Amino acid sequence: MIEFTKVTKTYRVARRQSGMGNAVKSFFSREYNTVNALRDVSFTIRDGEMVGYIGPNGAGKSTTIKIMCGVLTPDGGTCTINGRIPYQERTAHVQNIGVVFGQRSQLWWDVPVIDSFDLIRDIYRVEESVYRKNVRELTQLLELEEILQTPVRTLSLGQRMRCEIAASLLHDPKVLFLDEPTIGLDAVSKIAVRKFIRDLNAKKGTTVVLTTHDMQDIEALTERILLIGKGRILLDGKLADLKKRVSDQKTMVIRYQGTPPALRDEMELVSAAPETMTVRFAPSRLPVPGAIAHFAAATQLLDVSVSDITTEEMVATMYKEYHL
Amino acid sequence: MRLYWNYFLMEFKSQMQYKVSFFLTMTGQFLTAFTSFLGIRFLFDKISGVDDFSYGQVLLCFSVVMMSFSIGELAGGGLATFPGLLRNGELDRILVRPRSIILQIIMPNMDFSRLGLLLQAIIVLGIAIPVSGVVWTWKKALVFCLMVACGSVVFFCLFLLVAAFAFFTVQSLDFLNIFTYGMRAFGKYPFSVYGEAVLKVLTFVIPLALIQYYPLLYLLDRETGFWFMAAPLLSLLFVIPCRWFYRFGLRHYQSTGS
Repeated sequence: MIEFTKVTKTYRVARRQSGMGNAVKSFFSREYNTVNALRDVSFTIRDGEMVGYIGPNGAGKSTTIKIMCGVLTPDGGTCTINGRIPYQERTAHVQNIGVVFGQRSQLWWDVPVIDSFDLIRDIYRVEESVYRKNVRELTQLLELEEILQTPVRTLSLGQRMRCEIAASLLHDPKVLFLDEPTIGLDAVSKIAVRKFIRDLNAKKGTTVVLTTHDMQDIEALTERILLIGKGRILLDGKLADLKKRVSDQKTMVIRYQGTPPALRDEMELVSAAPETMTVRFAPSRLPVPGAIAHFAAATQLLDVSVSDITTEEMVATMYKEYHL
Repeated sequence: MRLYWNYFLMEFKSQMQYKVSFFLTMTGQFLTAFTSFLGIRFLFDKISGVDDFSYGQVLLCFSVVMMSFSIGELAGGGLATFPGLLRNGELDRILVRPRSIILQIIMPNMDFSRLGLLLQAIIVLGIAIPVSGVVWTWKKALVFCLMVACGSVVFFCLFLLVAAFAFFTVQSLDFLNIFTYGMRAFGKYPFSVYGEAVLKVLTFVIPLALIQYYPLLYLLDRETGFWFMAAPLLSLLFVIPCRWFYRFGLRHYQSTGS
């Protein structure tokens, strides 16, 4: 269980105007800006939950993750994870967590992947039998057979990320922190990584906390999302509920032949091109079958697709709503 | 422990991969230090003693400080990478591993070419012992070992102290090298030659006199008090403030954005 109670963290950042004169001046007297990275952040994550932690750049996502990993000490409030305070009992705490920083490697650059795994085994004091079992499982699930003997520096980004994830799970952590795990990956690798994380959560009950800017990650992986902005938790809830809260509208795309059909009053035109048209409407006022029936009657209908508001649109709306 | 041994072996092996480079660096280290030995040699061609210490006695002093420094640097030299680790965020990676932070930094960064310095110090010791006029007893031999051992610890602490400053400045501060490399240069001569004030500082602030000047007096039979014998052990108290300062810095660690 992860518990944040009124956690605050501020940074002091030296401020300086550009130019040589100011550079010299700042050498002698410096002005500081206080940045409130986190203010009164409270939330609870139960064991086995999979939580997406989203927010614009600079909102405090990384700070939160770093506090949870024991890297940073908060200025106020408390954070406990499985009964431990990460920044006070660092070694005991990190023995039970796995961390993947998407932009930073934990593997040794010049040696084959399997050598890095061996060192990680020694670092975490993983028993040989457990280690062998985990390597075998992870190798199979993440398809690492062919790259285990390759030096890390020659791996592609997607291959490396799969190795990073494997490396963070060799010691059977109870909690896994993923900081932008799919950044820079191609579609195939993204899907493979997502599937693996989902299975891990389902089979081993590993708690997963994930930060990302990729809304498809959120959709594919998490039920619950936490939205942070300007250092505060703005929303905490189920993805489906949030979508409904922001907008219950459906988007319908039709393809037709012949003259463009007229719209009903409940519909709003989003875009129109020759022989295709996108409209939006609230199903509470106009049910989807009614809309289809309308178009079928008004024109020669070729194809219809209906979708909810996308997660991306929802997040953009929320950012706007909270002036982020 | 197996882990650190593996780290150690891996580093040793990879440095041995570049044999020529390794031996050239080691020779370079040796020669650089040799010039300071020659400095003393030529100085004593003109004068017969420095502050009542003869040529052999100064050399003894020189070899103790050199040995301590080279062992301290072999272990603690890797801490010089600390500011870099802070800047590029690598320290985060080290912090999320369940092992000692200091060991994780120094083990992969051991520089074995420092052994050149140690070798030199041992040779100088060989020259110093017959001419220093010390009447060796087993007690004195013990004190001598303590001087080197505790001296290594003090130098290691100095490297740690300098590294920990990076928590506050992020950049490395070159002037702080006066506490490490500077002290090696000062330590060639018994600290009393620099005057009363310097000796006080080096006794109570940076306790290098405790591993050099005071026990040296004991070795030379100028003082026989217990405290002169036990002085090197007292210097170990220096570990406490250094450790505290390092911990204090760690709490203030701000990490880098990502």
